[in-house]
Amino acid sequence: MAIHRGTLIAASGHGAHLLGGHHGGRILGLVVIIAVVVVVAVVLFRRANARRRRAASAAFLRGSETGSPSAGAPGPEPPVRAGPRPLESGHVARGGAAIVARGLTKRYGEKVAVDDLSFQVGPGQVTGFLGPNGAGKSTTMRMIMGLDAPDRGSVTIGGRPYHGLGLPLREVGALLEAKAIHPGRSAYAHLWMLARSNDIPKRRVEELLDVVGLSSVAHDRAGQFSLGMSQRLGIAGALLGDPGVLLFDEPVNGLDTDGIRWVRQLLRRLASEGRTVFVSSHLMSEMAMTADQVVVIGKGRLIAEASVAEFTQRNARSSVRVRSPQLDVLRPALEAAGAAVAPDGNDTLAVRDLREEQIGEIAWRNSVLLYELAPQAASLEDAFIESTEGDLEYRGDRPTPAPEGGVGS
Amino acid sequence: MSVAVDDSPTLEAPNGQISGHIRFRSVLASEWIKLVSVRSTVWTLVVTAVVGIGLGAIVTSAQAARYSARTLAAQQAFDPTRSSLSGILFAQLAIGVLGVLIVSAEYSTGTVRATFAAIPRRPAVLAAKALVFSAITFVVGEAVSFVAFVIGQSILSGHTPTASLSDPSALRAVIGAGLYLVVLGLFALGLATIIHHTAASISAFVGSLFVLPIIAAVLPSSFSDDVSRFLPQQIGTVMTTANYHGTDPFSAWAGLAILGGYAAAALVIGGVLLVRRDA
Repeated sequence: MAIHRGTLIAASGHGAHLLGGHHGGRILGLVVIIAVVVVVAVVLFRRANARRRRAASAAFLRGSETGSPSAGAPGPEPPVRAGPRPLESGHVARGGAAIVARGLTKRYGEKVAVDDLSFQVGPGQVTGFLGPNGAGKSTTMRMIMGLDAPDRGSVTIGGRPYHGLGLPLREVGALLEAKAIHPGRSAYAHLWMLARSNDIPKRRVEELLDVVGLSSVAHDRAGQFSLGMSQRLGIAGALLGDPGVLLFDEPVNGLDTDGIRWVRQLLRRLASEGRTVFVSSHLMSEMAMTADQVVVIGKGRLIAEASVAEFTQRNARSSVRVRSPQLDVLRPALEAAGAAVAPDGNDTLAVRDLREEQIGEIAWRNSVLLYELAPQAASLEDAFIESTEGDLEYRGDRPTPAPEGGVGS
Repeated sequence: MSVAVDDSPTLEAPNGQISGHIRFRSVLASEWIKLVSVRSTVWTLVVTAVVGIGLGAIVTSAQAARYSARTLAAQQAFDPTRSSLSGILFAQLAIGVLGVLIVSAEYSTGTVRATFAAIPRRPAVLAAKALVFSAITFVVGEAVSFVAFVIGQSILSGHTPTASLSDPSALRAVIGAGLYLVVLGLFALGLATIIHHTAASISAFVGSLFVLPIIAAVLPSSFSDDVSRFLPQQIGTVMTTANYHGTDPFSAWAGLAILGGYAAAALVIGGVLLVRRDA
């Protein structure tokens, strides 16, 4: 330390001499020249890179990143393939293994994130994992992937824990967080480093970049990607190893209308190939269009595990829409017959617990004129709200699933 | 377009079951791709070279100019090898930052989840990181050290005594300077594995280099030397010196072994925490 300090003093104390000195001058000059060369090289590189990126991605950005609010308007050619192309043509579809969770429990300090959760996810169908934000969906996904260790319980894929998989990416693919990518690394390098670890060939990386429409920006820094582009990169990562089991955590977040349709078709296709597809969402309307089965959780606990139809039927009472100019007569009559009646506009009622035949008969007996008598199918969203309504924990802060319009852009 | 991941043999058994397991070679290759695909690697290594060579040359020039004015005792204590390698003790900061970033960037960006999903055996990931880091810093560290030595001696020539690589102690110091950077960088990598956060890890690393000596210096003098000779900075000073005239420190190689012990301890603790903690 003493010697070291001495050199420091020497260096600073003789700065003037040093600059004039014959060796020092030469060396200083060299250092300055190196620094200037490096700075110039970096500036040129960045500029060239930016220009290339703008040119290459212009077409890509035109179509998808405008967040086109007019869903129906035929915009320019969609950047992502309208339908996912076969991942392996002429290849027998791979059957997925079942995901089985038994008594999964995870605490973070005092907070119980997942509470004694048991469910099964089978192959050949899309299983929606539903619950409001903060219900424990992501935590459960991370436990399936062996990233978080459960405090109690276990979860297996095809009978084995995640750690027991030989080449995990070839058996399980996952999109956990879209933005979980080093911003300085290119999409290509990100996928290639993942592929390389599981002995997946390089051309599979190029292949998938093409499938998700990122080929033209493959060598750009991922930090410059929009959320939608990152989401696609994450999906490409999940598909890298052509796995039989796929987990997607909120895959449509940040995607525009085209992107959402693309993901929906991709999920359907993957399931139809016999794979196990487990996809979480807080968007019930989205899941109603995509999922066959649902696992519904709230506050970390299982609320329901059923087919979409069964869950909807069991939890959402369907209603009948009744329009009449004589509601003052009809309403008491319906209530007397045991119906639950809610006004729905000026001359309209939403009637539950009575079928349309019974309502028609009551109207006829009371000489009430009807303009409209229409059964209303219950939606998955209604079912979700009703199923969580009975849950004590939800009183006071009922989850309000975002409307579908809030998805794009 | 036949995509077929499965034309690499051994991957898929005829019954459709996937066989095979992750080979450490593949993990190494994956970590190498990560290392060379981010600019921070290039930058920290460029800074290592510029500081190690450039700053060394500046310090050496100053000492060459000042030599004739110094006392006889100071002239006798002058070590031309040490002088030419003085940039190493600044370059170590850049190497440490690289060691920290290799681990902490995975956590700050969330890439670590993709990494551990691909490679569930976490200690293998840490080992691969340490190996690719050692490889690249060894090459850069030794190159910087040799170039700094050669430039330094040419600057000193005619002003002070000079050292030559044919002198075993000078050669040892030059080789040792590169090794010092590797082992110190591994220590930083281990710290980051424990701490995770970039800023906190770099602070801990810089603190162990520059703050601990200050603390040691204010200890009672009988005690101070005993403590300070165990500090990384002091070990680095000894390692980059051909003929040490200070107070009875460890030999250069014993110092390197002690530093290696710190690095190993940090890596082992980090590895254990890596397995136990949620990613």
